[in-house]
Amino acid sequence: MPPVLELKGVTKSFPGVLANDHIDLKLEKGEILALLGENGAGKTTLMNILYGLYTPDEGEIIIRGNKVVIHDPRDAITYGIGMVHQHFMLVPVFTVTENVMLGIEKTRAGVFLDRESVAQEIREISERFGLKVDPNALVEDLPVGLQQRVEIIKVLYRHANILILDEPTAVLTPQEVEDLFKVVHSLVEQGISIIFISHKLNEVLEIADHITVLRLGKVVGTTTPDQATLESLASMMVGRTVLLTVEKQPAKPGEVVLEVSDLSVLDDRKLEMVKGINFQVRAGEVLGVAGVQGNGQTELVEALTGLRPFKRGQISFLGQTIKDVSPRKIREIGSAHVPEDRQRDGLVLSFSVADNLVLNTYYEAPFTKGLNLQQNEIDKAASERVELFDIRTPSISVPVSNLSGGNQQKVIVAREFSRPIKLLVASQPTRGLDVGSIEYIHTRIIQKRDEGCAILLVSTELDEILSLSDRIAVIFAGKILAILNAEDATRERLGLLMAGVEESKKPELPAVEQAS
Amino acid sequence: MSDQPEKTQQTPTPPPEKRTLIQRIFVRRGARDTVLIPILAIFTAMLVGGVIIAVSTPEVRDAWRQFFQAPWEAIKITIETVWNAYVALFVGAFGSPSEIVNGFRTWIQTGNSLTLLRALRPIGESLMLTTPYIFAGLAVALGFRGGLFNIGAEGQIFVGGLAAAFVGYSFKGLPWIIHLPLALLAAILAGAVWGAIPGFLKARYGAHEVINTIMMNYIAFRLADYLLQGPMSRPDRMPITPDVLPSAWLPTLLPSPVRVHLGLIIALIMAGVVYWFLWKTPLGLEIRMAGANPRAARYAGIRIAVIIVLTMALSGALAGMAGANQVLGVEHRMVRAFSSGYGFDSIALALLGNSHPLGVVLAAFLFGFLQGGAAQMQATVGVPIEIIKIIQGLIIIFVAAPEIIRSLYRIKTKEEKEKLIAKESQISS
Repeated sequence: MPPVLELKGVTKSFPGVLANDHIDLKLEKGEILALLGENGAGKTTLMNILYGLYTPDEGEIIIRGNKVVIHDPRDAITYGIGMVHQHFMLVPVFTVTENVMLGIEKTRAGVFLDRESVAQEIREISERFGLKVDPNALVEDLPVGLQQRVEIIKVLYRHANILILDEPTAVLTPQEVEDLFKVVHSLVEQGISIIFISHKLNEVLEIADHITVLRLGKVVGTTTPDQATLESLASMMVGRTVLLTVEKQPAKPGEVVLEVSDLSVLDDRKLEMVKGINFQVRAGEVLGVAGVQGNGQTELVEALTGLRPFKRGQISFLGQTIKDVSPRKIREIGSAHVPEDRQRDGLVLSFSVADNLVLNTYYEAPFTKGLNLQQNEIDKAASERVELFDIRTPSISVPVSNLSGGNQQKVIVAREFSRPIKLLVASQPTRGLDVGSIEYIHTRIIQKRDEGCAILLVSTELDEILSLSDRIAVIFAGKILAILNAEDATRERLGLLMAGVEESKKPELPAVEQAS
Repeated sequence: MSDQPEKTQQTPTPPPEKRTLIQRIFVRRGARDTVLIPILAIFTAMLVGGVIIAVSTPEVRDAWRQFFQAPWEAIKITIETVWNAYVALFVGAFGSPSEIVNGFRTWIQTGNSLTLLRALRPIGESLMLTTPYIFAGLAVALGFRGGLFNIGAEGQIFVGGLAAAFVGYSFKGLPWIIHLPLALLAAILAGAVWGAIPGFLKARYGAHEVINTIMMNYIAFRLADYLLQGPMSRPDRMPITPDVLPSAWLPTLLPSPVRVHLGLIIALIMAGVVYWFLWKTPLGLEIRMAGANPRAARYAGIRIAVIIVLTMALSGALAGMAGANQVLGVEHRMVRAFSSGYGFDSIALALLGNSHPLGVVLAAFLFGFLQGGAAQMQATVGVPIEIIKIIQGLIIIFVAAPEIIRSLYRIKTKEEKEKLIAKESQISS
């Protein structure tokens, strides 16, 4: 039997760059092929070719033994190719049924939408593939994991048998990832073939049947999870040996830099998201805050950085009480903040790389003299930082939106690390980044720690927490359930705490009892 | 180049480069879009305008009725009509080139400048009409850059005009060096206050500035009605203020009958000042940051509320100057219908000019010269003035919906997108 999908010598070049260079790919029926590569390796271009968004310059696409030409997404759907994008294409105020039927609406008597029969079909699809979701629920009420299911159902409803999942786990919690993997397995059992795009090595090893690694537009190799290791995949992907765990010396904690006691913070809806939290961060240590997203981390960080007023409690930074103090003042005392959403909070995308590198220091000498910005000084500092932090950009004057995610994050890190700081609040510092960039940013964070900076690391990635932290606080429903020393923290223990299961033995801080 | 992937590796540290004005403009949209789209929009609007001129001319319609008898005649008359209309528009806007040359000759030969000045009057009129567009366009553009939609320029022009007129006629015996700046300052302050009110309402209470600037317009119009009929009206109770004393007039740049005045120079200087302010000062950076990404601006320590009020005040101040310009430079008094919608046109103008001072100035010249030529077009070939408003409207539609232009002229966006993606992968690889 011929493979379900075969690519032969697919080549696509853009002015000045070869995005795909003679790519060969084979997808057998009912298998999971992982496409692994760093950002910019050409994964997305390749999938866009497959989905009819680009026309290849050369090469053949063969589906079930027949050579085909895919002109547009409609062709792709006809050939049974379905794509679940990283950013969902759903209408939040529509129901699941309405979203699924959107574009191929079923009607009764030609005018009335036939919601009921579509809902019935959705139930059947749910049943068959283990994709439980209420067809009548509004999409905006569903958690991210379920929204993704709706996307998958949408594709299955259009009778896709080749499913492309583009970075499907990027937005999911660990539990949701597990659920997704179950769904993926049941899809494969029913004969659907899956291309799973990712740059997360452990996921790929866990789920794939075959792994094809792309680098700089070329296929570097194809392997299987039995033959590959995390290290071998990483070096295939990056082209050199990569340190997956940061090498670090034991911390030498100094004075208390940040002290938080009985802190309560409300969110925009006036709900109490942080409920009486206590902790300390000392100079020269990394305190990791682990937790599933949405358990109060955002509000905690915003309160610490002056972006959100807090209701109750005390924050003391280097002995100064931080209450109703502006973000600028807190920064001037010596705090740095890597925000969780770099594009929304950390950068002005339409501004140049240079302007973004001085986004919060532009008003200080030497960048401003008298009434005028000193563009020469800004450019000089920017060029130095671009070099020092290895930011890949064609020039310092291009909009920062032209840079890849990893390089955008480097811009923020360069900006925040280029001044003397006593405290670093890093929120999801490596979300969505490739292995090379993660390694780089982790090394920089540990370097700052060793220089005597106090570091509060907030992350939903357990691997990140475990590899960087000296102590780990687990946050659940706005409370810190426990603060563990890194050597006592196992993945299982943290996982249980993150799910809200409190340990029978008393955590080390009495403050927790106070809070609960 | 496609088979040399090494070449795509960028040198990580380019030397710091001087950014020119042009590069700066191009930062926001693609270089091609910033220049090409407006030009093609103007061209297309003129074409469509030509069709409308043809259709609205009785002779052309008659000729087309005879199309099957005399097809060439119909086409000829159509082309002639449109051509004559646009020639009249051009002559009305710039003056007749031959008359200008003649005027120069007479002036050089006899020393009599009247012929020359007469010949220069049309271009002077166009420049005079351009001036308020520059001020008001800058006002709206500044707001846009700060992320604020100032629909209230018209009202700010009115209060600016009222303030300038009041200072202009009530302060007697001042030398012009004091009186004129004082009148201008009054207009600036009045406009700034009028702009700052909706700014404050937004910053403090989250009220949307679009709604409140519109409301402030109504208040300004009715305030003007009231003041012109009562406290500020002329002794004969006409709804007109007393005449502004000549010491507060914006002096004309050339002798009569050319009416273009110092306001034009001030407007051009203000364009430079706005450019300097927005791109060369920390405060300007803050305004642009708050406009481009308010969350990031907050993160960077900027007090958004203060910036909103300030941006609206500055925007209002510029619009106020447009009001002063009309009162002190053109009307020399405040009358009810003294603005004729400059504040509203300026929204379109700022869009056309990509909210950049240079773009605003160019767009203002376009609008001013179209207005200047329109009267002549009506007088000589009988094409109604309103056609100019239609052409202006079409230009704005095409600029606001660049996809129309792109599809008309087969400008491929897909290629552009691919280029962008290519650039991205280039950078990250």
